[in-house]
Amino acid sequence: MTLVEEPLVGAEHGRLHDHNPAAADADRPIGFGRLQRKEDPRFIRGQGRYTDDVVLPGMLHGAILRAPVAHARIVSIDTSEALSRPGVRAVLTGKDLEPLKLAWIPTLSYDVQAVLATDKVRFQGQEVAFVIADDRYAARDALESIVVDYDVLPPVVDLRHALDADAPVIRDDIEGRADNHIADWECGDEAATRAVFAAADVVVAQEIVYPRVHPAPMETCGAVADFNAVSGELTLYETSQAPHAHRTIIAMVSGIPEHKIHLISPDIGGGFGNKVGIYPGYVLAIVGSIVTGHPVKWMEDRSENLMSTSFARDYIMQGEIAATKDGRLLGIRANVLADHGAFNGTAQPTKYPAGFFNLFPGSYTWDAVYGKVTSVYTNKAPGGVAYACSFRVTEASYFVERMIDRLALELKMDPAELRLKNFIRPEQFPYDNKAGFEYDSGQYEKTMRHAMGLIGYDQLRQEQVEKRARGELMGIGISFFTEGVGAGPRKHMDILGLGMADGAELRIHPTGKAVVRISVQSQGQAHETTFAQIVAEEIGIPPEDIEVVHGDTDRTPFGLGTYGSRSTPVSGAAVALVTRKVRDKARLIAAAMLETRPEDLEWAKGRWFVKGDPTASRTIQEIAMAAHGTMELPDGVDGNLDAEVTYDPPNLTYPYGAYFCVTDIDRGTGKVTVRRFLAVDDCGTRINPMVIEGQVHGGLTDGVGMALMEIIEFDPEGNNLGGSFMDYLIPTAMEVPDWETGFTVTPSPHHPIGAKGIGESATVGSPAAIVNSVIDALSPLGVTGIDMPCTPGRVWDAMQGHATPPI
Amino acid sequence: MQIPAPFEYARATSLDDAIALLTRYGDDALVVAGGHSLLPMMKLRLARPDWLIDINELHELDYVRRHGDELRIGALARHRTLLESAEIAALFPIMTEAERVVADPIVRNRGTIGGSLCQADPAEDLSTVCAVLGAQAVIRSATGERVIGMDEFHQGPYETAVEFNEILVEVRIPIRPRSSSSYEKVERRVGDWAVAAAGGSVTLAADGTIEDAAIGVTAVGLSGRVTDAEAVLIGHRPTDALITEAGRMTSAAVDPMTDQRGSVEYKRHLAGELTQRVLKRAIARARRQEA
Repeated sequence: MTLVEEPLVGAEHGRLHDHNPAAADADRPIGFGRLQRKEDPRFIRGQGRYTDDVVLPGMLHGAILRAPVAHARIVSIDTSEALSRPGVRAVLTGKDLEPLKLAWIPTLSYDVQAVLATDKVRFQGQEVAFVIADDRYAARDALESIVVDYDVLPPVVDLRHALDADAPVIRDDIEGRADNHIADWECGDEAATRAVFAAADVVVAQEIVYPRVHPAPMETCGAVADFNAVSGELTLYETSQAPHAHRTIIAMVSGIPEHKIHLISPDIGGGFGNKVGIYPGYVLAIVGSIVTGHPVKWMEDRSENLMSTSFARDYIMQGEIAATKDGRLLGIRANVLADHGAFNGTAQPTKYPAGFFNLFPGSYTWDAVYGKVTSVYTNKAPGGVAYACSFRVTEASYFVERMIDRLALELKMDPAELRLKNFIRPEQFPYDNKAGFEYDSGQYEKTMRHAMGLIGYDQLRQEQVEKRARGELMGIGISFFTEGVGAGPRKHMDILGLGMADGAELRIHPTGKAVVRISVQSQGQAHETTFAQIVAEEIGIPPEDIEVVHGDTDRTPFGLGTYGSRSTPVSGAAVALVTRKVRDKARLIAAAMLETRPEDLEWAKGRWFVKGDPTASRTIQEIAMAAHGTMELPDGVDGNLDAEVTYDPPNLTYPYGAYFCVTDIDRGTGKVTVRRFLAVDDCGTRINPMVIEGQVHGGLTDGVGMALMEIIEFDPEGNNLGGSFMDYLIPTAMEVPDWETGFTVTPSPHHPIGAKGIGESATVGSPAAIVNSVIDALSPLGVTGIDMPCTPGRVWDAMQGHATPPI
Repeated sequence: MQIPAPFEYARATSLDDAIALLTRYGDDALVVAGGHSLLPMMKLRLARPDWLIDINELHELDYVRRHGDELRIGALARHRTLLESAEIAALFPIMTEAERVVADPIVRNRGTIGGSLCQADPAEDLSTVCAVLGAQAVIRSATGERVIGMDEFHQGPYETAVEFNEILVEVRIPIRPRSSSSYEKVERRVGDWAVAAAGGSVTLAADGTIEDAAIGVTAVGLSGRVTDAEAVLIGHRPTDALITEAGRMTSAAVDPMTDQRGSVEYKRHLAGELTQRVLKRAIARARRQEA
């Protein structure tokens, strides 16, 4: 195992921000270390190639007519005037799709969703008709000529009333369906937890709402479909985080054989989970190409993205915590009502209908835990797992970290002390969290104390005492989260029956340059850099000599794609292992070259040498030429230096972090200012610290957005109130502080290079730190809880003693 | 890409040309200057002009200059110009403070004072600023020019006195001695519409009493000035109690609506709170001028 052992702790802040060691050639690592992103030159120079940049000869453009109301029966659709408009080639409705068996498609959660509505519309923004025209202006303008007669029905908007006996039934398309109930799911031990609560000194309860938010990637979703009627081949350019999974599902849905589908996911302008699912627009582009005989492009606009694609969260969580008077944690109970929208389209492993909410016990030891999640249909956009959430770990972490602070407030105990007292200890790993998950490794107290030192926790508390004496509102918030990422072991985890393993292929060319092909798809995570660094670390070829190929099903091995922070835990392991396989083969060839036995050779990064005689060596580049050359190869060794593997992870990896947030609140206006934010992350082995910091900075910004401003609200009629960036607020540089980061290194014991996922850590961990900080600031006023978003108005309401849930 | 409804475009080459185009196309035409309000509305198809008359070439309308005891600002002066003007900062800190919170730098680089005033969005900052400063609007048509006060200019949400064949060409602000001003806004995020904002201006008499005062609020259902609260101040020596009373009266005078930005109670509170803050700052500044 190759591990970065030192330093095990560190901090990047202050002047280090301005210093970029990777900029100097001499410091450039052959392997792990700070290295500028290989993909950046093309993005910086405007040469990224996104789906909307794809222009094919004869290409037509599609536009979708969407439902103006949340719930209505379709009486009639008249497309005749639209069809007569100049430039319009075709108009599709649900009726046209029915004979093709494409009016409905499966969701990722074994439900179905409408591609184009046939019977009813079930959320505002649902797809109703598809216009194909010569250009996107003609297509968009023609939408206004389609006449749809709706019989408006009462909508189900408030999920708290979705299961009422008199609630309108949304999914009357499902035979025998008489209510809006989707599923009940539970984990832990209900009876044992009840017993623990009954005997506890202290019990606190708190409702915690994680409102509906949206991933809002900079690039919206879209596709270009090019069906060749002669060859029967479909080339599909698509904004997809999971090109292989999409190809398989599209093959199953459309009837086009999988080997005839070539799916290309070009550069992706941000995903955050938004580009995991199959959207009706993708299917419509394919049908449109088949119908017209031309390539068809469909790119949604911003409002369509915000109103119809996968949202995130929408959990109402009732929490209870039991403890002793001196702060020993005994039991925790979560009872969740989950809004899944009009179709159950959440993207998560089959056996996990509440995602990985199993992580709600967090980073602490408990005598007993019990969690229950009930999911319901409402007249809102479908989706449910998106926005950097690691399959509901976001909700789980936010829940437990808010609950811990709620208990600290009740016990009048310092929230840092309460956490330190109850952490899972290093010797307890691997640790069964009593809710079905086994944490791989962690040094929680060490990381916590490191963070407390970096932020100056004691001084901050002293400052707070002084400010409170002057009537000023200053808060210090903590979040100590544990994630489970890298789904996952295929015997437990699949999506629509596809096991969550990932392949990697490595080919060393005769001249010693390499190409590594991976199944995961970058949306900005720097795969072209970090995966090259993994190969470099394992075999000693410089990263710039290694091409990383991804996003094209014809050029890469099968695998399930990038989401849930799974690329490094799964594909990163595959890449390390395939490189070791090549290294082992190189040893056989080197032995032949050096006329010795393989077991007499030792590896130093980049070359095999004879034990005891370092001068008798062959570099990997020399071995590559020999492998493809004329020398006689040992028996059983092919004339190449290539290998492939598929990695089936034995467990998830469990990154964690200690986050601290300092806020100041304007007493007269309720305005929250995030003054400082420190994120100390432990993601095991750090491949490229610069990339890690970038991911953390982005995730923290997400966290500020959710904590302070982001929410998709609906009015009582089900109208979406967050349908543009004028209404759905995402943070700017003005709302975020200069991020402070630090790290500890606790390698994953089961991962080939000891790495854990990091992509979503900051999004998962930061909201609780911010909200806890706001509550801490307001606690002298008697405030014990506030839900996101902490807008000035909502904070002021809480200060007056009437905090209200956002939904 | 949000796609607007079809429209035609004409670039005016002179002020006369712009007025001629507006006269020709009538109600079907809209003037575009910075475009940061109009174009988003067009993309959402909330605005559907048949013609856009682009006045960005009319550089003769882009100026800030002193004329006697007036500061004259051309309608095409960009927010950024106003924000960076040392003269404005010295004379009318209310405008500098408002410009600092007008949307974001991208909008400020293109958006104009004329566009802001003519858009007449209830959450628009410069309408409040101009009302508080007692500004006058110069409106040009083919037949001549008229000069009107802000109370007459501003006729309600999204409505002004500018007729379809007219253009706002200049804003004139009186310069008064021993006076100063201030503006403060609360927003959920930079660039969001105001939750509420308040602007205040005071003129001190030689004896230190308040000779004149003006208060305006933004986004709380009251356009123009809060004359009741102003009346409380005039003729009195500024004290905390007096300012608190002016804030209280402003709270009572406004008529906000509950929305995603806040409850009626919160917005009422803010109107009063922000009024007190701007009055205190304006008075402190006016005193410094005296000294």
